[in-house]
Amino acid sequence: MLRYVLRRLLTAIPTLFVIVTMAFFLMRVAPGGPFNQERGLSPEIRANLEAQFGLNDPLWLQFVHYIGNLLRGNFGPSYNMPDFTVTELFAKGLPISVQLGASALILALMLGSVLGTIAALNQNKLGDYTVIALATAGSTIPTFVIAPVIQLLFGLTWKLLPIGGWGDGAFINKVGPVLTLALPQIAIVARLMRGSMIESLRSHHIRTARALGLSDWSVVVKHALRGAILPIVSFTGPAAAALLTGSVIVETIFSIPGVGRYFVDAALNRDYTLVMGTVVVIAIFTIVFNLIVDVMYAVVDPRVRYD
Amino acid sequence: MAASETILSVKDLRVRFRTLDGAVEAVKGINIHVNAGETVAVVGESGSGKSQTMMAAMSLLASNGEATGSVDYRGRNLLTLSKSELNKVRGAKISMIFQEPMTSLDPLYSIGNQLIEPIRRHRGLNAAEAHEEALKLLRLVHIPDPERRMKSYPHEMSGGQRQRVMIAMALANDPDILIADEPTTALDVTIQAQILMLLAELQRKLGMAIVFITHDLGIVRRFADRVYVMRQGEVVEEGEAEAIFVNPQHAYTKMLLAAEPTGSKAPPPANAPVVLEGRNVEVTFRIGGGFLAGEPLMLRAVDHISIRLQRNQTIGIVGESGSGKSTLGRALLRLLPSDGLIRFGDRDISTADRQVMRPLRREMQLVFQDPFGSLSPRMTVGQVITEGLLVHEPNLSGKQRDQRAVEALNEVGLDPNARNRYPHEFSGGQRQRIAIARAMILKPKLVVLDEPTSALDRSVQKQIVELLRKLQADHELSYLFISHDLSVVRAMADYIIVMKQGKIVEEGPTEAIFSNPQHAYTQTLMAAAIDVTRFRLSA
Repeated sequence: MLRYVLRRLLTAIPTLFVIVTMAFFLMRVAPGGPFNQERGLSPEIRANLEAQFGLNDPLWLQFVHYIGNLLRGNFGPSYNMPDFTVTELFAKGLPISVQLGASALILALMLGSVLGTIAALNQNKLGDYTVIALATAGSTIPTFVIAPVIQLLFGLTWKLLPIGGWGDGAFINKVGPVLTLALPQIAIVARLMRGSMIESLRSHHIRTARALGLSDWSVVVKHALRGAILPIVSFTGPAAAALLTGSVIVETIFSIPGVGRYFVDAALNRDYTLVMGTVVVIAIFTIVFNLIVDVMYAVVDPRVRYD
Repeated sequence: MAASETILSVKDLRVRFRTLDGAVEAVKGINIHVNAGETVAVVGESGSGKSQTMMAAMSLLASNGEATGSVDYRGRNLLTLSKSELNKVRGAKISMIFQEPMTSLDPLYSIGNQLIEPIRRHRGLNAAEAHEEALKLLRLVHIPDPERRMKSYPHEMSGGQRQRVMIAMALANDPDILIADEPTTALDVTIQAQILMLLAELQRKLGMAIVFITHDLGIVRRFADRVYVMRQGEVVEEGEAEAIFVNPQHAYTKMLLAAEPTGSKAPPPANAPVVLEGRNVEVTFRIGGGFLAGEPLMLRAVDHISIRLQRNQTIGIVGESGSGKSTLGRALLRLLPSDGLIRFGDRDISTADRQVMRPLRREMQLVFQDPFGSLSPRMTVGQVITEGLLVHEPNLSGKQRDQRAVEALNEVGLDPNARNRYPHEFSGGQRQRIAIARAMILKPKLVVLDEPTSALDRSVQKQIVELLRKLQADHELSYLFISHDLSVVRAMADYIIVMKQGKIVEEGPTEAIFSNPQHAYTQTLMAAAIDVTRFRLSA
């Protein structure tokens, strides 16, 4: 197992290199640059700025410099927020996004699994139809509708939650964004869980468990649920990578100082270093979570062995 | 046995399933009883309701199933017991083993864990005591090295061993009745014999009653005291096993008893042309390996095999699962890469690529075991069987193709109107006829038959064997007949190759192999098969 993890981490290095390279050159294909949109910027000042950041060097040299800095853990300065380096921006914003994303993910996994299991146990009965209806609603209503509705109801009408802001991480400030992030995920997990649980309940070893007179609790939880959880485990990898790196919509609507907004802002402003930083962070999250998922798989299912 | 007490009595049991096409009655008011310590066989072909009868008794019906009538176990009706009362009977007083040893154990828990759970539940032992009991049970069913096996997972064991574990679980709480639903059907013939021996031994030791649900009359004849013959949800005949075999009353029972394939095949003349020849054929599979994962494991599935098939000849390739017999069949048709020389007629096809093979394909056809999976469910039967014509005779008009479909269906004994219907509307035997029609429509010279009768009921098997024989006689076909079923091979083949672990261990004319097997492995195979089907040993 250790050897397998090591091998996966080693293969992550060329993967990361390819991602960084592609992102670097693709971004430069897009017209414009970080200092094009500033109004009233005289050509001299612009030339100065570009010279200062090395943007006049040949592209390959810029790439070599960037990779060199990256290897030393230096993501470079942000072009649009010149007072901050990219590292500083992430150091401040990433913990916030990770907190929200992780809470939403845990909530979604727990609630979604329970709802899916209830639906499967009541297949084609009222409980099942209710869960399916909720899940369909949850996955079709977009976040930019859910978020304002939560603000309106809980914030303005009932005055239970703040309308927005981070409030230095107060619990009450996290409720709205976490709910908004979690709802579509709860729906997806519930649907996945329902399907795999129905299949699991039909399998031969469940018939054996029933024939042995085991209790319903043991049949459902110990035997059926553990087998049914495998598709949820696979789903968790990409979902975690997506949730933990922040959401543009949720962070914008709730005015949360996370990193989700950087991707869009930076891309629009051609803030090359910030875009690259975001790409690297998301890529690392994705690789790491997929590895964790594969390891989890082997923990749950003894048939999976990686040596 | 006649004086012993009746412990299970099924009265007027009906089982209905709600389906999209309305209610289907699988069991139509049957009466069955089981006395303490006796062996009862419930015999029937697929769809007779024999399994559903016992599933209903154990409340294991699928969620759309419903049972009425009564199933009395020592004075209590199992059909009306509460779930918790029922769970004191299931797995304790009445237990059950199933047809699918590969999937009937939970893949995610160790053998020990799965054995201990029902022991603790029904007997209230603590973990250490239950562990000791589980070890005793594994010894009882002759699992070697039980301490180590307690920690094993199901996927680390063979089908036969898994069935032994199932039996151990079923016997964990010293039941009155063991229901065995086709317990050996999915196993190789030598393993079948071992499992049946084990059940007989355990019955002698522990004295429980056994209910065998089976389609295999060999098992019935050898083990059962009393027999119920079921057909389409009804019991058509019941009585002492001896009486049923000596003097069957009902026409259906007589038909079942006569369903063993008989006859033999004469060898072709010595100078008949050779249709297919393989010399030193080898197939090697690569398992695993890759970046930082070490050397791949090389598995030689077919190891230096030479074979010579003449016109109008049938070579039977016999072996247990994993012996390489199907792989050999596929390699000879160049459906798998292989080493060695392969000649088809007078052409060397050892290295022929797809382009070269394509026109030859019409002369070499393949029929598979699974009559359910091998026909596309989205094509009509007509489309299924004429698809090959589109490739090999592209100039035929639609009308001509349809005419050929009618001829092919007539030839395999199906109503030509079948061509406008879909495969799911046909039974297993009919689908196998469709698969044969699909091969025959191209007028092949060579047909590889890969376990073509293994998934079918005995009575249907016999019909398919007769059909294949007739087609061979009419068209001078050459067959490679791959099977683990010795009685079918004996009826079909004039020459036999016995394979084990990729190698030929013995070959020769059918009668010589059957009357005087030389190799120890062949003798084991024969003994196991003949034991099960021909003799009744008194226990």
